[in-house]
Amino acid sequence: MIRRALGAAIAIILLAGGVGWMLTSPEPLPASAVEGPPGDPERGALVFAAAGCASCHVAPETDIGEAPVLAGGMAFVSPFGTFHAPNISPSPQGVGDWSDAEIMDAVMRGVSPSGAHYYPALPYAAYAMADPQDMRDLVAHLRTLPPSSQENLPHEVPFPFSIRRGVGLWKALNLRQGWVIEDDLPEPAARGRYLAEALGHCGECHTPRGPLGGLDHAQWLGGAPNPSGDGRIPNITPGGLEWSEGEIAYYLGTGFTPEFDTAGGEMAAVVSELAKLPDEDRAAIAAYLKAVPAIEPAAE
Amino acid sequence: MTRSFRLLAGSLVIAALAPMALAQGLDPERAQSLREGHMKLMGLNIGMLGAMAKEEQPYDAEMAAAAAGNLAALGSIDQRFYWVEGSSSEDLEESRALPAIWENMDDFNSKTEALHEAAMKMEEAAGTDLASLQAAMGPLGEACGSCHEDYRKPEE
Repeated sequence: MIRRALGAAIAIILLAGGVGWMLTSPEPLPASAVEGPPGDPERGALVFAAAGCASCHVAPETDIGEAPVLAGGMAFVSPFGTFHAPNISPSPQGVGDWSDAEIMDAVMRGVSPSGAHYYPALPYAAYAMADPQDMRDLVAHLRTLPPSSQENLPHEVPFPFSIRRGVGLWKALNLRQGWVIEDDLPEPAARGRYLAEALGHCGECHTPRGPLGGLDHAQWLGGAPNPSGDGRIPNITPGGLEWSEGEIAYYLGTGFTPEFDTAGGEMAAVVSELAKLPDEDRAAIAAYLKAVPAIEPAAE
Repeated sequence: MTRSFRLLAGSLVIAALAPMALAQGLDPERAQSLREGHMKLMGLNIGMLGAMAKEEQPYDAEMAAAAAGNLAALGSIDQRFYWVEGSSSEDLEESRALPAIWENMDDFNSKTEALHEAAMKMEEAAGTDLASLQAAMGPLGEACGSCHEDYRKPEE
């Protein structure tokens, strides 16, 4: 009797372990998403700007400019530890030896060439919704940028978050399968949704996070504490932002608020990249921001 | 107009500083409020240019040139006297000037100079025509933003 109970217990543990192992297994993109026409580096430059890659992957205290050196090294402090942006320049220390599919798996699935999980400091939960053709263009552009031989810094992440396999569970909960704002949006708001939710990953800073570090979709873009500890990242839903669409679009292109104060902090780098996009794209983001449900400031 | 504004701005600064023989002697709270005044004057003139750039106000070459001239004059002011120790966001509640300014004074000064250059470009552009003014707004915003990115504390 005891032996049978023990046997059952062992079977349950093995089963749970097996299910857990399957649930946390890194899953690359399907081949159908990777295959397609070759990337166009010129189009990719715009995707690169919209996705804000350089804002995090240039060396600390370096201006982005026209052809940024993506040497990495910036530190990102979080409740789970401190992450260091890696070198993603086209060099042996960066991603120069990776195939296009390997880079796409990293960006859209958070899976490394050796099949390990990346931490979601890389916003792959958002990039998962990117158009694969845009990603091929992005990779083509990345390969035109200057190489850097900078070695990567290890992340400073304490146990239990140091077990990368656990990131698989986070992905099962947070890797996006659809839009956050599911409504049928008219153009240009639909284009804006693509730019804001997928490439621009606005929600990563403007949406509060739950205890496991996933974004709280019920508070989408409703503002959040600043991870740097200084002040709050603002609520940019119609409940928090009273600017007109034109004012939002102008801010995204020049950094000037309607009162002609300017963007500061991390947003200054975001604006200088968004300024490279065509006017219609900034207008599209503004239209999308008017279409998201208002989060009342009291609920922040 | 431009020259007289430059003289006025310059003499205001001198008047404000006259009792202080040394920059270190300037009271931090006073320094902070003088800096804020400087920023507000820049904001006023950028606002005039911006309203025309956004076509909220009709373009007026003479007004645009005046505002841009003021901005260039404000950008030319040597600010060393009001960035005194003890006036950072760590020291004063009203201050949003991050301590990083004093740790990287050379970089901070080069960003101030970059703003001056963007303001001088605006001075050339603003009186020419609306399209030139509009094109100069981007680099001007970029210059403002590059300093605010590193050195201004986010709003509470």
